[in-house]
Amino acid sequence: MSTEPIIRLKGVEKSFGPLNVLKGIDYEVGEGVSSVIMGGSGSGKSVLIKHVVGLLKPDAGEVWVSGKRVDTLDGDELDMIRLSIGYLFQSGALFDSMSVFENMEFFLERHSEMTRPEREDRIMEYLTWVGLPEKRHHRPAELSGGQRKRIALARALVLGPDIMLYDEPTTGLDPVSVRSVSELIVRLREELGVTSVAITHDLLCAEIIADDVHFLYEGAILTSGSLEQVRGTDHPALKEFFGSTDSDP
Amino acid sequence: MTTSPISEFFSDFGELCRYMGRFFLRVWRRPFEFRELIRQMDEVGSKSFLLTSVTGLAIGIVLAMQSRGTLVRFGAEAVLPSMLALSVVKEIGPVITSLVLAGRLGAGMAAEIGSMRVTEQIDALEVAALKPFHFLIITRTLACMLMFPILTLWTDAVALFGGYIESYLASGMDYRIFVSTAFETLRISDVIVDTGKTSIFGFIVGMVSCYLGFNVRGGTREVGQAAMRAVVGASLLILLTDVVIVRLSIMIFGDVGT
Repeated sequence: MSTEPIIRLKGVEKSFGPLNVLKGIDYEVGEGVSSVIMGGSGSGKSVLIKHVVGLLKPDAGEVWVSGKRVDTLDGDELDMIRLSIGYLFQSGALFDSMSVFENMEFFLERHSEMTRPEREDRIMEYLTWVGLPEKRHHRPAELSGGQRKRIALARALVLGPDIMLYDEPTTGLDPVSVRSVSELIVRLREELGVTSVAITHDLLCAEIIADDVHFLYEGAILTSGSLEQVRGTDHPALKEFFGSTDSDP
Repeated sequence: MTTSPISEFFSDFGELCRYMGRFFLRVWRRPFEFRELIRQMDEVGSKSFLLTSVTGLAIGIVLAMQSRGTLVRFGAEAVLPSMLALSVVKEIGPVITSLVLAGRLGAGMAAEIGSMRVTEQIDALEVAALKPFHFLIITRTLACMLMFPILTLWTDAVALFGGYIESYLASGMDYRIFVSTAFETLRISDVIVDTGKTSIFGFIVGMVSCYLGFNVRGGTREVGQAAMRAVVGASLLILLTDVVIVRLSIMIFGDVGT
């Protein structure tokens, strides 16, 4: 496992109108590492990972992915970087008008030279990997929250990304689904060596997947380290956050 | 800081013009989403077929019924088919069809794209390097531009059929007389220009609806507002653009009978 950062944010600042969301973020993720960003609602977690994939541009600072500066790229160059990144959205973001199979095939059709049988094989491989091969003809509306997340994960993986970004991968799921989705994320790193950045405020998910944890508070990283180190940091915001997540049912 | 409705209107209009510019720059560039274009043409065309048919039939029958009394008073009942054809083909058919389609499609497109925005589906397209502007906006706008003239021709035909039914029931008019009278004052340039202008109306409906849907921020309330604004905005722009096109076509092709 290399220690060279595959993702690096240097002094990233971002404001929306008068609201300062990110205040000079420095953040690095090594290749093959599973990094978790925790923090309360509105702390800027989603805004941070949207910078990694170029959905947002910083007002100041630099964003580097795989040795390329993403915040200055546009068009096809940015698309090339994006193809090496999978993104699991909070809502799954499956296309309503398409079946599960079409959702995945759509990505392969546009970005691979595969024939139809090859695409079918690849899709079934990933649907089997997330444990839902029988759902291939279902529409997203016919799936449960946990199933949608797993299908969205399969779709994000179908192009074989080097980096996976997870935006609240377990929000709204029951504890069994939280464990199952979290274990899939771990398997992904172990079996495919994918680098992961996950945003979560779910302690169980963080316990299962995190190599390191970064706690975001009011637009800045308050502390970093292992989950235990972060939990043990003496700061009222952390005590309040972990106090509330500990008492979650 | 709050913005006044007037500055908001001009800001929206400026941004819409920028989107229109982007459309013409990117419509020639890859990827060409042919399959999605066909799907959208089906959505715009065949699924609006019944609506435009009923609209056309009602226009023809009502126009014939309303005009007959006046024409009879001046002893000009014989020109009814000709008057119907001119009114329907030159103005009522294209404008009413476009307004009806703006209602159906404008609201639907803005709501669909707006929902995709709030559920992060557009972000998902962007992150997967799938060019949402091509996939969502260019295909829908092109589908409107191609299907509006076809639907308008159909509506015109149904409206004339409705007018003939009314004439037959009211005065027993023979269909051969109706057809020959109807088309004797109509010029080919009238049909081409006045049907062709609906392609511009289709462009307006596609762009306004897609722009408003694409830029939804917030939740379901904002999606609803975008749908409503799409219908109002597209309808107003159709009516204003029609004034300009009619003026231009009279300047270029002359008025009927000149």
